[in-house]
Amino acid sequence: MITTSKEAPTASIPWRDLAQRHGALLVLLLVVAVAGMTLDGFLTLGNLNRVLVSASFLAIIALGMTFVIITGGIDLSVGTVFALGGVLAAWASQYGSLALLALPLVVCGLIGLLNGVLIARAGLAPFIVTLATMLGAWGLMLSVSDEGNTTYLVPEGLVLAPLVHGRLFDVLGYSFLLVVAVYVVGGLVLRRTTAGQHVYAVGGDERTAALMGVPVARTKMAVYTLSGLCAGAAGALNAVWLGSGVTIFGIGIELQAISAVVIGGTLLTGGYGFVAGTLAGVLLLGVIQNIINAVGTLTSAFQEVVSGLFLIAVVLVQSRLSGGGRGGP
Amino acid sequence: MPTSPVLDTRGLTKRFPGVLALDGVDFALRPGEVHALVGENGAGKSTLIKVLTGVYRPDDGELWHHGEPARFTTPSHAQRAGIATIYQEVDLLPLLSVARNLYLGREPKRFGLIDFARMHHEAAETLRGYGVDVDVRRRLGSLSMGARQMVALARAVSAEARVVIMDEPTSSLEPREVETLFGVIEWLRGRGVAVVYVSHRLDELYRVCDRVTVLRDGRLVHTGAMADLSRLRLVSLMLGRDMERVEREGATTFSGEREAWAGTPALEAEGLTARHRLHDVSLTIRPGEVVGLGGLLGSGRTETAKAIAGALPLDSGSVSVVGTRLKRGASVPAAIRAGVSLLPEDRKHEGIVPGLSIRENIALAAMPRLSRFGLVSEKRVDEVVRVFMERLRVKAVSPHQKVEELSGGNQQKVLLARWLALAPKVLLLDEPTRGIDVGAKAEVQRLVDELAEEGLGVLLISSDLEELVEGADRVVVLKDGAVVGELEGAEVTEDALMAAIAQGPGGGDGR
Repeated sequence: MITTSKEAPTASIPWRDLAQRHGALLVLLLVVAVAGMTLDGFLTLGNLNRVLVSASFLAIIALGMTFVIITGGIDLSVGTVFALGGVLAAWASQYGSLALLALPLVVCGLIGLLNGVLIARAGLAPFIVTLATMLGAWGLMLSVSDEGNTTYLVPEGLVLAPLVHGRLFDVLGYSFLLVVAVYVVGGLVLRRTTAGQHVYAVGGDERTAALMGVPVARTKMAVYTLSGLCAGAAGALNAVWLGSGVTIFGIGIELQAISAVVIGGTLLTGGYGFVAGTLAGVLLLGVIQNIINAVGTLTSAFQEVVSGLFLIAVVLVQSRLSGGGRGGP
Repeated sequence: MPTSPVLDTRGLTKRFPGVLALDGVDFALRPGEVHALVGENGAGKSTLIKVLTGVYRPDDGELWHHGEPARFTTPSHAQRAGIATIYQEVDLLPLLSVARNLYLGREPKRFGLIDFARMHHEAAETLRGYGVDVDVRRRLGSLSMGARQMVALARAVSAEARVVIMDEPTSSLEPREVETLFGVIEWLRGRGVAVVYVSHRLDELYRVCDRVTVLRDGRLVHTGAMADLSRLRLVSLMLGRDMERVEREGATTFSGEREAWAGTPALEAEGLTARHRLHDVSLTIRPGEVVGLGGLLGSGRTETAKAIAGALPLDSGSVSVVGTRLKRGASVPAAIRAGVSLLPEDRKHEGIVPGLSIRENIALAAMPRLSRFGLVSEKRVDEVVRVFMERLRVKAVSPHQKVEELSGGNQQKVLLARWLALAPKVLLLDEPTRGIDVGAKAEVQRLVDELAEEGLGVLLISSDLEELVEGADRVVVLKDGAVVGELEGAEVTEDALMAAIAQGPGGGDGR
C-alpha cells in the first residue's frame, strides 16, 4: 500500500522560491552597496538613520497592507486614513499622550472594520469599498481641520515624543526599533498562528477555505481592521514626528505601500507573501529616494519614476517565476 | 452493527429557483457502515451532501445527529460535530505547503505558536500511511492530483471524524492509490466511522459499500443492502428506465461495429518528443476510426493529446492532419485551423468559461467561422447553438443559461459542442466521461460512435478500461511517455490491456 507519488520536475526548483522570498532584500543590499561605494556620505550613521526613520511610517502602513493583500484584497483607504489619523492625533494631543494614540486608533480601526464588513458581509469588491472610504476619510479629515485651514499642533514634551525622536545609544532611532518590533509580532502572527494560516487560506481560495472550516468573513474583517489600525497608528506617530497634524501628508502613500508589498514578494492575487519582504520593499523605496536626493541632479519627483520601474521589474520577474511553475499536473 | 444512526434526515427538502433539488429525502447513516449514495447528476446527491455538511440549509425537514435535532450553519460547524468531507473538485490550497493544508485550523502549538518541527514531522508520518512520501514543506500545488486527493483524505480522516463523506474520491486516483483509499475506508469502518461514498464507478460501489441509497430527481427511490441490489437493477433505478433496455444496450453504449475509412489518415503523429514527458510517440488515426490511448496516470496520455493540439512545446516530431503537415511548434490556433480539436481533461480550468452562457461557450471557438469582416452574425450563432444543443441533448432552461449552473454531464456536452461547431477532422477526447453521470456518459459514448461513423478521427483517452475496450478500434498503450504496445481488433480486451499497461518497454508487441 506504500507508493511514492511522482512530482513534476519543474515545480521543485528551490531558487524560484528563494528569489521570490529574498529578492527584495538582495536588491536592497546591492543598491546600498553600490550607493555606499559611489556616494559620499551615504554610508554614514546619520544618513542611514534618516532613511530608516523616515521609512518607518510607510513601514507600519505596509504591514497592514501585507495582510490585506495576502487575503487577495486591497486597501486604498490607508493614505487618507493615515492623514486623518495624524490630524486626529494632533487634535487629541491637548489631552495627553494616551488620547493622542487612542483617538486615531479607535476612529481608524472603525474605518477599517467598516471596510471589512462591507467586503466580507455585503460581498462588495475591496477596490470599490476602500475607494469609497478613502474619499470618506478624506472628507472627515477636512471637516476636522476646517477644510485644512486649522493645523493642530502637538505640544512638546509629550511622554511619546522620545519614542519618535529619541535614539538608542544616540544612533538608531527608536521609531525604527518600534517598526522592527511591530514586524516581528506581525510575522509571528502571520506565520505561527492559526489566524495567520487563515489569512493565507482565504487568499489561496476563498471557497475552498470556507469548506475547510476557515472563518472567511471574520478573517477578512480582521485584516481590514488591522490595516486601518496600522494606518491610524502611523498617522499618530507621524504627527508626533512633525509636531503637527499635516493635512496633505499621506496622499498617495497607499500606492507606495502597495508597491512595497509587491516588491517584497507578496502576490497581488493573494495566498502568498511575507512581512519581511515588505520591510525590505519599504526600505528599498526609502533608499532610492535618499539616493536621488543625494545625487541632487534629479528632482525628487524622479523618485516616482524609479519606483515605478522597480515595480514593473519585480512583477515581471515574479510572473516569470510563478509562470514557469505552471503546466505541471 | 449498532443500529442507532449517527446522522439521519427526515423529509429533507431543498429548493433552488425553479428546481426542487431535494424532495422529502429520508436518509439514515449508521456507524461503521460504508453507504453508497448514487444517482445521476442533478439527482440531488451534491445538495444532500451540502446540507449534511452545513453548506446549505434545508428549506424543510429535519437533520438528526446522534439522535438529536441538529442544524449546521457553516462547514466548520459540521466539522466540529465530526462530519468531514472530501469534495470532488476541491484542491485544498495549492499555494500553501502540504503540511499547512493538512493541519489548517488545528495546527500543533507550543507556547501559543505553531510548532512547525512537530507539524512537519507528524504530517510526513501521517502521509506515509497514505502512500504519499513527499517533503511536506513543499507547496501542495506541486504534487500530482492523486497525491493531493490523498492529502485531502488524510486531512478529513485525521480530524476526529465520526462521519466521512467522499464525493467521487477516485476520479483522479491511479489504481494503486485507489487500493490505498479502500484500505483507509476499511480502517475507518473498523473504527466505527460512517462513510458516505459517492461514485459513478459501479465496481467500486460493490467492492466497498455495505448499503446503498439511490436518488433520482431529488427523491429517494431506493435504500437497502448493496449486495441485494443487482447491477442492472441499480442502473435502471438511477436512470429510471426499465431493466430490459439496460440489459439489451449493455453497460456502455458503443456499438462496437464500425470500419475505418480508407485513404489519407486523419492524423499522423510521428516521433513526438518533449523533454521529460514524451519520448518518440507515434500514432496514426484514420478517418472513421476511434483510437484509444491507454496507460496509467502520468504515462503521457494527456501530454500526447496536448502535443497534437499544439498546446505542448515539442523538441522534435511532426503532426500531419489529413496529409498536411503542421509546422513544428505550431500554436493552438494553427492546430484548430488545421482541424484538430481537444476536449481537455480538466473541464473546469481548461474548458468551460463558467460565467458565460451556453450560447457564448459554444460559439467561443467558432467565432471566426461565424463572422464576416470581424462582425459576428448573431443569426448564424443562434443556428449553430440550436443545432448542437439539440444534437447533444444539452439539458438547460435556455441557451442563455450560465454554464456554471449546469450539471457536469451537460457542461461536457457544451464543450463538445464548442469543438464540433468547428467541424474538426480530428477530435482528441481526454477523459470525456470522467465525473459525469451514467446517462450523460451513455450519450457521450454514443456520440463518439456517431462522429466516427461520419468520418472523424477520434483519439479517446480514458482510465476506464471498459470504455477503451468497447469504444476504441485500436488501443495504443503508453508508459512513462513512450509507446509500449498497441492492440488491435480482437486483441483489445481488458486483460490484454492491463497486461500491456503493466509491462514495461519491450513488453507487448511493441510496435
